[in-house]
Amino acid sequence: MNNLLNVSLSPHIHGKETTQKLMLGVVTALIPAFFTSVFFFGYGALIVTTVSVASCLLFEYFIAKYVLKTSITITDGSAVVTGLLLAFNLPSNIPVLIIVIGSFISIAVAKMTFGGLGNNPFNPALVGRVFMLISFPVQMTSWPVPAGFDTGYTDAVTGATPLAIIKEGLKNGEPISQLMSQIPTPAQMFLGEMGGSMGEVAAAALLLGFVWLLFRKIITWHIPATIVVTIFIFTGILWAINPEKYANPQFHILAGGVLLGAIFMATDYVTSPMNLKAMLLYGFGIGMLTVVIRIWGAYPEGVSFAILIMNAFVPLMNAYIKPKRFGEVVKNG
Amino acid sequence: MKTFPVGGVHPPENKITAGTAIKHLPLPASVAIPVSQHIGEPAVVEVNKGDTVKTGQVIARSKGFVSTNIHSSVSGKVSKIDTILDSTGFRQTAVFIDTEGDEWLETIDRTDSIPAGIKFSSEEIIKKCLESGIVGLGGATFPSHVKLTVPAGKRCDTLIINGAECEPYLTSDHRLMLEKAREILIGTSILMKALKVNKALIGIENNKPDAISQLSGLAKEFQGITVHSLKVKYPQGAEKQLIKALINREVPSGRLPLDVNAVVHNVGTAFAVYEAVQKNKPLFERVVTITGRSVLNPGNYFVRTGTPVRSLIEAAGGLPEDTGKVISGGPMMGKAIPNIDVPVVKGTSGIVLIPRNESERTVIRPCIRCAKCVAACALNLEPYLLMALSEKNEFERAERERITDCMECGSCSYTCPAGRPLLDYIRLGKAIVIKMARKRMSN
Repeated sequence: MNNLLNVSLSPHIHGKETTQKLMLGVVTALIPAFFTSVFFFGYGALIVTTVSVASCLLFEYFIAKYVLKTSITITDGSAVVTGLLLAFNLPSNIPVLIIVIGSFISIAVAKMTFGGLGNNPFNPALVGRVFMLISFPVQMTSWPVPAGFDTGYTDAVTGATPLAIIKEGLKNGEPISQLMSQIPTPAQMFLGEMGGSMGEVAAAALLLGFVWLLFRKIITWHIPATIVVTIFIFTGILWAINPEKYANPQFHILAGGVLLGAIFMATDYVTSPMNLKAMLLYGFGIGMLTVVIRIWGAYPEGVSFAILIMNAFVPLMNAYIKPKRFGEVVKNG
Repeated sequence: MKTFPVGGVHPPENKITAGTAIKHLPLPASVAIPVSQHIGEPAVVEVNKGDTVKTGQVIARSKGFVSTNIHSSVSGKVSKIDTILDSTGFRQTAVFIDTEGDEWLETIDRTDSIPAGIKFSSEEIIKKCLESGIVGLGGATFPSHVKLTVPAGKRCDTLIINGAECEPYLTSDHRLMLEKAREILIGTSILMKALKVNKALIGIENNKPDAISQLSGLAKEFQGITVHSLKVKYPQGAEKQLIKALINREVPSGRLPLDVNAVVHNVGTAFAVYEAVQKNKPLFERVVTITGRSVLNPGNYFVRTGTPVRSLIEAAGGLPEDTGKVISGGPMMGKAIPNIDVPVVKGTSGIVLIPRNESERTVIRPCIRCAKCVAACALNLEPYLLMALSEKNEFERAERERITDCMECGSCSYTCPAGRPLLDYIRLGKAIVIKMARKRMSN
């Protein structure tokens, strides 16, 4: 009897969206940034990306199969996204072994330990990145100077990132107006011609990805916009107070990982809040912490730390910040 | 464009039968008329086996206030009074009648005239609704005379007529608005008189521009009735969402539209009220859409209550080979029926045949916390959380998170990319929380 009728409960139809399609959408959104990083950093970018994605997939596969003995989940695409984002947060001259260790931390420690996709409190790619930053500070802060396919891989000529130039210069008592001559023009920074993590440099490519994410309705504007606006206003106020001591707000948005972090890292579904009100607070927190770390902290860049710190507050926010329910009103009319 | 402020989804409309005029389904050889086709107490059977009945005759009478009369939809002989499996999957008492000819009660006006003058008082109209067995035809089947009786201490200033028809596939209200526009407007005037209000708004989703222009053109002849187009967004036709969209009043959680001085009736109900009051015709037939992407001749039919769904499917070209599910109602909120011998009742707005490959649920994957269910909820609840709380038996917390506000529109389950059965668990939790609250009240 294969003509028995199915009598499951409503709704009887389902939308077209699936986890896999969403992840594929994020991968698509990362393509422009991937191409610009290859354009600026040559085959080093290719190697880093390939190693990172492949090792993330392999670690997830082996852990699911031999350690947790659960179903294999690598086809959902989340490990690919983690691999890509981890690679985008690394300099293009980082040795293979370090990438593999970072991938292991991302997947094994930050994701699978908590039960796999959907259960990790911290962004896996960022946990991997910060682990690498602390464990391999030299390799993680030697930034290849962009020279296309002439950049090389581990033999690349390195230089400081714009943020590091400012940080070091200020420490040595130089005023911003003098330091500005050493950093790339805003146009170069917008297009990505500067030192930095291979995926974070090109604002234009990241914004293209943002448009795609919005168009595909994968994310909403709330988290990225609050982060960027908060950083812009906060650094703007400081700059207005003393332009010789604090860099201008455009610089803070274009330099470093603000756009990569705001668009792709902070919006990670699993580790970001579940309602709009909480998302605004979360974005505000990331923006504030980023500026605080950049300006008064030991590191020149603070986006990764800011996101991880705010990740820790997400469960609390989900529990106490509630959407205003429909019908939660005093009687009217 | 008017719409409700939060949540909502856009399922494919699939209004295949929007251009198909309503036809009369040939009378079935026999009917099985359930005594409970409404919310509330089942009606009490008044006929016996072997009795001869006429079309429109009362065969079961209302018991208590929240109940209504049931009429014979055909003329013929009562063959038995027995139980039948209804569209909810439960057995209930039904009157089985073998059709002989089609002899209507003499009191029913079968002419083509469309009388507009209302000769009755508010009380008489309400009484007529009860006598004629009028219930909400949008699907909830709440007895209309109850909804029209404004309790002491409450006030009603606005009548809203629901022509949103936001469920995919269904076109019964759409066709009715096109073909019976004047009758619907007279019915609306009658409802206004019953409620003693001088303002009525008809809300229609703007995927039905022909119905909007038809009704707004004619509405000029009627005092106090205005027609409004609404954005196409599910669940636009949900009572509280419709009130918010049209008159910007928010029905408080756990309360009724009357708490914001409004009453909502469906366009189908307005038509039924017109027929009951002006033509003396009780509610024994309604428009039903029979549709589905594999259906040979989908269409809209006037169907007598008690007609087996099978007859309707036969009129549409037979049950397609690939059918995996038969839905009574729309695909978002309708019920999958266990077999096609289930009778059409007052609340049957459509029969949708879903192919086997679309009738099965997808694999359940882990929640990725994308918050799409939160964004889809028209009541601004957090479906992911309510499901988790139901799974973990944390019903006190579920109650605090307002699980009982859920109207079960299905937007959360529809939208979930991980294919999680959110609404299944919310229903479960909701039932338990309601039970807990009742127990608390009785202690």
